[in-house]
Amino acid sequence: MLGAIAVLLAWPVPLMLARSHWPARSPGVALVLWQAIALSGGISMIGSLLLYGLVPFGSALRQGIVALGGDLRTGTLPAGTSFTHVLALGAAILLGTHLLLNLLATFVRAERQRRRHHTLITLLSDPLNGQPGMRVIDHPAPVAYCLPGAGHSATVLSNGLLRLLDADQLRAVIAHEQAHLVQQHHLVLLAFKSWHSALPWFPIANRAENAVALLVEMLADDYARRVVDDHTLARAIALVGFGLAGFAPKRTREADALAPAAASASLTNDVVPAEVEHPAHQVMPRVARLVNPTEPLRHTATAGALTMSAVLLAGPALILFGA
Amino acid sequence: MVCMGSLGVLERLMMDVLWDSATSLTANELKQSLLNRDIAAAPTKPLATTTVLTVLSRLETKGFVTRDRSVRPHAYTSLMTRAAHTAGLLHEVLGQVPDREAALVRFIGGVSPEEAETLRQLLGVATSDHA
Repeated sequence: MLGAIAVLLAWPVPLMLARSHWPARSPGVALVLWQAIALSGGISMIGSLLLYGLVPFGSALRQGIVALGGDLRTGTLPAGTSFTHVLALGAAILLGTHLLLNLLATFVRAERQRRRHHTLITLLSDPLNGQPGMRVIDHPAPVAYCLPGAGHSATVLSNGLLRLLDADQLRAVIAHEQAHLVQQHHLVLLAFKSWHSALPWFPIANRAENAVALLVEMLADDYARRVVDDHTLARAIALVGFGLAGFAPKRTREADALAPAAASASLTNDVVPAEVEHPAHQVMPRVARLVNPTEPLRHTATAGALTMSAVLLAGPALILFGA
Repeated sequence: MVCMGSLGVLERLMMDVLWDSATSLTANELKQSLLNRDIAAAPTKPLATTTVLTVLSRLETKGFVTRDRSVRPHAYTSLMTRAAHTAGLLHEVLGQVPDREAALVRFIGGVSPEEAETLRQLLGVATSDHA
């Protein structure tokens, strides 16, 4: 039963969600569903291996673990323990540890990068109109990003961006970045990034990471739409997107010539660095839903999706611990 | 006025001096030019030379400053120009350095050439406008 859930959540269900169109209408609901699928899928996969491996030791999870612990101390295994049972137990433990350690490593690495990036930002940028959380960096590329961090998060804008956008468009960009910070989007992005890097051979993890990245941008766009109208935000996105595209070749040459460290890193990737890792196709869906706004999901559909998320999380937990 | 206890602010002030200076500076020269700087953010009280040295060695550890130990007192220079640091940072931010941009969230990530073309049509600008 649990194995069937694991297989469903590992392949057909996320594929259906990735291909459906409704997430653009209610990105928040879709984001909850993605998290439920990922968490439930992981628990089901590990849980089913664990339950199968523990069959010779007892019918329920807790009873099995206790029996296994006792048997390990005495050094005997119950009759009927086959090689596949041991294999399943080992796989469950390996997979669980691998996923958890990878999550930890991803967060630690990100935190270290964030601290280093903060140092650089402090040295290289100036506050925007004396606002401490807003920094302006002197670079012609139209760039805006936010750097989350406990107590010292920053929104960084480039001179190129300030020149490119008018006041309203700039307010849209700033509101968008504030949304990322307020709603702590980096946490969910990191979790899915870690999942993908832990299972690089698993295409669904890649799809999930991309889908979640887009949903998070749409959520931030929706936040910005409360500050400016759809047209202004769409125009800001289009201007920055087009500006960045025109800038790409020049930027690389310039950076390579000036920054030895960055240049040596990009040498290994040659001319088209990182594009595979970061597929574009995130801009047009965002612009499309601003140009042709659609109604958010109806209440019944929202409730349905949220109920499904709850069932996804509760189901495997009940099977594992309730039985 | 600047908070004297904040190392980040001091690092910033000293890097600004070193970046603007054509030659390498000793800790004392650096202290003097901080005082001479007519900036609102500059410290009003003269900094102790030991403080300057502490901040400089921090900057050296972080890879911003290099120290010439062949002369007495030691002379300090910035390792890269400000523009080079900025270019390197933006290089990371725009995803040119894989795995370095995991810590931040961008307004817009990569844009494919097809998307750029669609955006251009949407904006109704001629390609020559963007030079």
